[in-house]
Amino acid sequence: MGYANSLYLTGAEIGLSLTGLVLLLVTAWTGRGAARAITIAAVAALFGALIFTGVLLDETMTGLAGRAFGDLFTVDAFSSLAKILIYVATIGCLILAPHYFERHGEYRGEYPVLILFNAVGMGMMVSATNLMTLYIGLEMSSLASYVLASFARSDTRSSEAGLKYFVLGGLASGIILYGISLVYGFSGTTSYDGIRLAFAAQFTTGAVFGMVFVLAGLAFKISAVPFHMWTPDVYEGAPTPVTTFFASAPKVAAVAMLVRIAFEPFGGETGGWQQIVVFAALASIVVGALGAIGQQSLKRLLAYSSINNVGFILIGLAAATLEGASAVLTYLAIYVFMTLGSFAALLILRDPEGDKLTTFADIAGLATRSPALAWSLLFLMFSLAGIPPLLGFYAKFVIFQAAVEADMIALAAIGIAASVIGAFYYIKFVKVMFFDDAVDTRRFHAPAGHWAVLAICVIVNSPLGYLLTPWFGRMADAAGLSLFAFA
Amino acid sequence: MIQTIAFYLFAVLVIASAVMVITARNPVHSVLWLILAFFNAAGLMVLVGAEFIAMLLVIVYVGAVAVLFLFVVMMLDIDVASLRAGFVRNFPLGLVIALILLAELVLGIGAYRAGEIALGTPMVAAAAPVGASNTAAIGALLYSEYLFLFEAAGLILLVAMVGAIVLTHRPPKTVRGHQNISKQVRRTPEEATVMKRPNVGEGIEL
Repeated sequence: MGYANSLYLTGAEIGLSLTGLVLLLVTAWTGRGAARAITIAAVAALFGALIFTGVLLDETMTGLAGRAFGDLFTVDAFSSLAKILIYVATIGCLILAPHYFERHGEYRGEYPVLILFNAVGMGMMVSATNLMTLYIGLEMSSLASYVLASFARSDTRSSEAGLKYFVLGGLASGIILYGISLVYGFSGTTSYDGIRLAFAAQFTTGAVFGMVFVLAGLAFKISAVPFHMWTPDVYEGAPTPVTTFFASAPKVAAVAMLVRIAFEPFGGETGGWQQIVVFAALASIVVGALGAIGQQSLKRLLAYSSINNVGFILIGLAAATLEGASAVLTYLAIYVFMTLGSFAALLILRDPEGDKLTTFADIAGLATRSPALAWSLLFLMFSLAGIPPLLGFYAKFVIFQAAVEADMIALAAIGIAASVIGAFYYIKFVKVMFFDDAVDTRRFHAPAGHWAVLAICVIVNSPLGYLLTPWFGRMADAAGLSLFAFA
Repeated sequence: MIQTIAFYLFAVLVIASAVMVITARNPVHSVLWLILAFFNAAGLMVLVGAEFIAMLLVIVYVGAVAVLFLFVVMMLDIDVASLRAGFVRNFPLGLVIALILLAELVLGIGAYRAGEIALGTPMVAAAAPVGASNTAAIGALLYSEYLFLFEAAGLILLVAMVGAIVLTHRPPKTVRGHQNISKQVRRTPEEATVMKRPNVGEGIEL
């Protein structure tokens, strides 16, 4: 068997793994002093993977898919586009990390190394066309995430978040694995194509159970209601750069994995999973919107906001059409920038002693203390609320358009109504920042990297972002098409 | 004939040592009985021709899991008497759970035997090479067909190890002094000891 083509297609993963291994050795011998240099090397490696994946995306835009190692790993437009989003989000999170941890002397070289291995796992998740690849990628990403959640060891909340995430994540992995074993038992194969063929011939009750278990476990990983309970606690307890990471890159990977598994192996059984996804979508939107209203902690609020956003993403999936798949990717791309920007702003918010400001009371009158930060947050919050002319509106627009075109008008209507509820707490941000009196009048000092990430996210979310939509829409359509190539 | 004798020997020993695991008074003895149970289960596996699983049982369960149990049992101070205290009270509940599990087993196997559960036919690509022992067959698949996953699983273990070290390792606070042997040997009694004759009721200044 010739491995040349397989190695080429998995180049990004192999490159990231090897870099991770080398950096691990470097950090073992140099200690904490080199942590920043290792972070820079990791960012460079991710940039390399990003460019490599861009080249692959260009090659696969025509709809051609490359299979590596039999049918274990697929490189098509969908996986390449999802990976580009993942790498961009990961780079952003790495840039935001060192400053936060260094204040407590807790930054170590293992942080970027774990993020790199996490990126390898996420790449495997989105490229998986075999249930075994899916599970191994998922575990690699999850295990690294559990460690990252409790990375701030001196903080008991961080340890608590890590433990909670570990126990519940382990439970979800067990549920997925049980579902996989049922699917394998009733189809005789773990390959996506094989499962689809087997289910087309015979779709028994046992197979339905397997499918539901797999979807339930994946719903946990993307924190969709009713499997969302861990999200606010973990997001609040984990160190803010880690929360930034959880809310962006792994979410993209898990959603992309869910979309692929819904359309490829279970693509013939759309009726079987559509109602589950519709329920999860509506429940996530409503719970995400209502749960956020009473929150005082900004991190908890953003956690509920991410649950709410997952609901909108699932509407695109529930449409079960090519437009739906393409809309999911568009939403994910815009979501990544909205989330990264909001958390970058949260990371800038620290008083001169370096203590974090994380409640509404702390951002009162922000407009007079730091107009730039207040206006950036205003843009991001309006974008999250989906108010035109910001880009967040376009994200919701494509999702609802896909739902309406798939004759799911009721679903779209409820989604729009709930997004109005969600707008309440996004606008509360603006009210507190601009119309409340400042208690503290000191200014903020954050490294240029934080401001750069914030500025990029704001520019993408501003009306200027619409200039990117035709270009991105073309890629998203090609990606959506590659999912339906089998049918 | 010899197989039948061996089967009953192993089977009886497995059950007997399993009973001893839960009845032994000393938790360390329980773990040792558990190890005996694993060995006999491995013997049963060899009898049915699954020599790879037999090896795994010995290497993984006896070599790693049971030793880990021993460490845990020895390090934690487990009061067996207090654990036993709730036995009579919880006995009916335990019995109900055992009956439910038994019913599930019977129903599941019964439905499968009756042809109610139609399992998929295994894919051809994953079929074992004809004539190879199952160790060779697993190896042939693992290192060719599933090489990618095998390597990725190795990375997962590495991540787990890095995680465990990151979360628990603390750099030592004080640096231990290094022993300089030649300096020790060069010491003479004259420079190492001082003779003093303190007066009664007074301290001594060194």
